[in-house]
Amino acid sequence: MYKYDQYDQAMVDTRVAEFRDQTQRRLEGKLSEDQFKPLRLQNGLYLQLHAYMLRVAVPYGTLSSAQMHMLADIADKYDRGYGHFTTRQNIQYNWIKLEDAPDILADLATVEMHAIQTSGNCIRNISSDQFAGAAADEIADPRPYAELLRQWSSFHPEFLALPRKFKIAVIASQTDRAAMKLHDIGIRIVKNEAGELGAAFYVGGGMGRTPMIAPCIKEFVPLDQLITYSEACLRVYNRYGRRDNKYKARIKILVHELGKDEYTRQVEEEFAHLQTQGIEPPLAELERIKAHFADPAFEAAASDDLDLSDPGFALWVERNCVAHKQPGYIIANISLKPVGGIPGDASAEQIHLMADLAKAYSFDELRVTHAQNIVLPHVKKADLHALWQKLDAAGLGTANLDTVEDIIACPGLDYCSLANARSIPVAQKISQRFAETGKTETLGELKLKISGCINACGHHHAGHIGILGVDRKGVENYQLLLGGCEGDDTSLGQITGPGFDEDGIVGAVETATNVYLANRQDGERFLDTYRRIGMAPFKEALYG
Amino acid sequence: MVDVLRYRDDEPVADPAVTVDSFAEQSNAAAVRIEPGDDARDLLPHLEQLRLVEVNFPAFTDGRGYSAARILREAGYAGELRAVGDVLLDQLGHMRRCGFDAFAPDKPIEAADAEVAFNRWPEVYQATGDGRQPIWAKRHG
Repeated sequence: MYKYDQYDQAMVDTRVAEFRDQTQRRLEGKLSEDQFKPLRLQNGLYLQLHAYMLRVAVPYGTLSSAQMHMLADIADKYDRGYGHFTTRQNIQYNWIKLEDAPDILADLATVEMHAIQTSGNCIRNISSDQFAGAAADEIADPRPYAELLRQWSSFHPEFLALPRKFKIAVIASQTDRAAMKLHDIGIRIVKNEAGELGAAFYVGGGMGRTPMIAPCIKEFVPLDQLITYSEACLRVYNRYGRRDNKYKARIKILVHELGKDEYTRQVEEEFAHLQTQGIEPPLAELERIKAHFADPAFEAAASDDLDLSDPGFALWVERNCVAHKQPGYIIANISLKPVGGIPGDASAEQIHLMADLAKAYSFDELRVTHAQNIVLPHVKKADLHALWQKLDAAGLGTANLDTVEDIIACPGLDYCSLANARSIPVAQKISQRFAETGKTETLGELKLKISGCINACGHHHAGHIGILGVDRKGVENYQLLLGGCEGDDTSLGQITGPGFDEDGIVGAVETATNVYLANRQDGERFLDTYRRIGMAPFKEALYG
Repeated sequence: MVDVLRYRDDEPVADPAVTVDSFAEQSNAAAVRIEPGDDARDLLPHLEQLRLVEVNFPAFTDGRGYSAARILREAGYAGELRAVGDVLLDQLGHMRRCGFDAFAPDKPIEAADAEVAFNRWPEVYQATGDGRQPIWAKRHG
């Protein structure tokens, strides 16, 4: 894992002091709320329906045990004993007092953490593949590149008042587990014919009101031009991105309105100029960062045997564990989606336990996933049963990864001031319905995502089944979407037709799954069947 | 007349700044004012004669002026670069890093407060052409 040096520590310490001063001036009335708002947002502090919410950055989703323990301590000390893991691999606390925020940031800084740029119209926390450094299919660990970009984007003085927020994801494997093409910039580390690593740039993707899949604007940027090329992409956006309408201010609209070719031409022109400016860190800096992400001390002769005679354990292994690049090891996913629970929530006790288990069984490392779960990336197969027993005893052993119960949901109208409808109760009812009918396992992989408004924080466009909460004449109403996908074959879901009320949407999801079960051919997932048979049979069953 | 915080040794330009459009027509002016929608690159052929460029920030949340400043400095502009308008204490440091060396805020800022803002960050992560050595350069110096 990356460890701060004196410089990185100085940066977060300075930020704490700066924000303490800004908060003080706000409380004294020297800063107006309008002036303070962008400052607090760039420290992750939102004003929600009932209280302030603080979003803490988890760069590229990677945490140490000590950091995880601190997240639990903050939940206990400043919140109501809970944390909420988010779709951008961060954690949010929903019951924060403004006057406590500087102290929380100071506590975070003691474990090399912060809330820098987790909100606001700036470059946000860089996300990545949750299996980085462990996945069997990766060509490199993407996190060193994400860390290089983290440092470049932190307090970048030119890009702190962008037209709108800006999200970057970095991956380096065959399978896209980070929804890379649905980001403002998606970077895929690739190998060219000469065997050298470089970066493919996908620019202008996003969800929200106008979902778009990012086109590739450059297939190979050499690693010693990564920062310069990123800066060129951002500068063109900062100058020409729309500022007259916040709903048209994301870079996806600029790329769409200019056209990919014209946007690319302007980036290339800026890139040629910026290459003369000496803004690129030397490759030695990338090497320095890479050294922090060296493999842990895997046991060379670890056994690949797994005793699956315990059926509960066998199911969990099949559902929640993923192949590791190292023989004898496995990637274990901890579902934060217990049946009827709040997706992504964990209690302080659970967070402490996961930290302890990471220390005992996963080389001191955890990951947060964009699907709001936790990963122990490096578990020895010989330890897996013991690990599962401890998880199960704490209510963390649910075997439902990537099933209809593994729902992504935004906080919705229970917390969020932007929401039109509640998301959490719908997620709870759906997971309960499928758990009761026992259909979850039969349905297999089925990604269900719920947003409580058009801003799409719950990624409804990218769900095999998506649900969008809207306000219809003062009543919560839910639209159903089918056929979205966040991976390599990225697609955007289509709305089935008129919306449903809260109970109706639960039934509609069940109806859609019945159409799948009646039509599926061997080995087909829900998404595959939908793509083959199209919308019509689903519409017929839902509205016919 | 607003108070100007100025961090240069030369004499201030007395001429009023003209708009980018009228600069194109009366190209003997020494002072020009850039609005957020203007393209700073239009001035690049005339940098020799310019001694003052004002960059207007009608709202501090509109960050186009930061890019305008860097574009001018990267092209070698050495005259006064003045941020005007909704220029606030908490943005001063970022403006300085992008090349501004004078500030004419709508609401005056105490010079002592500005000094604290400029000295806030002992280290910086990026090279922005302001002469400060970024952290990566110190690590590999």
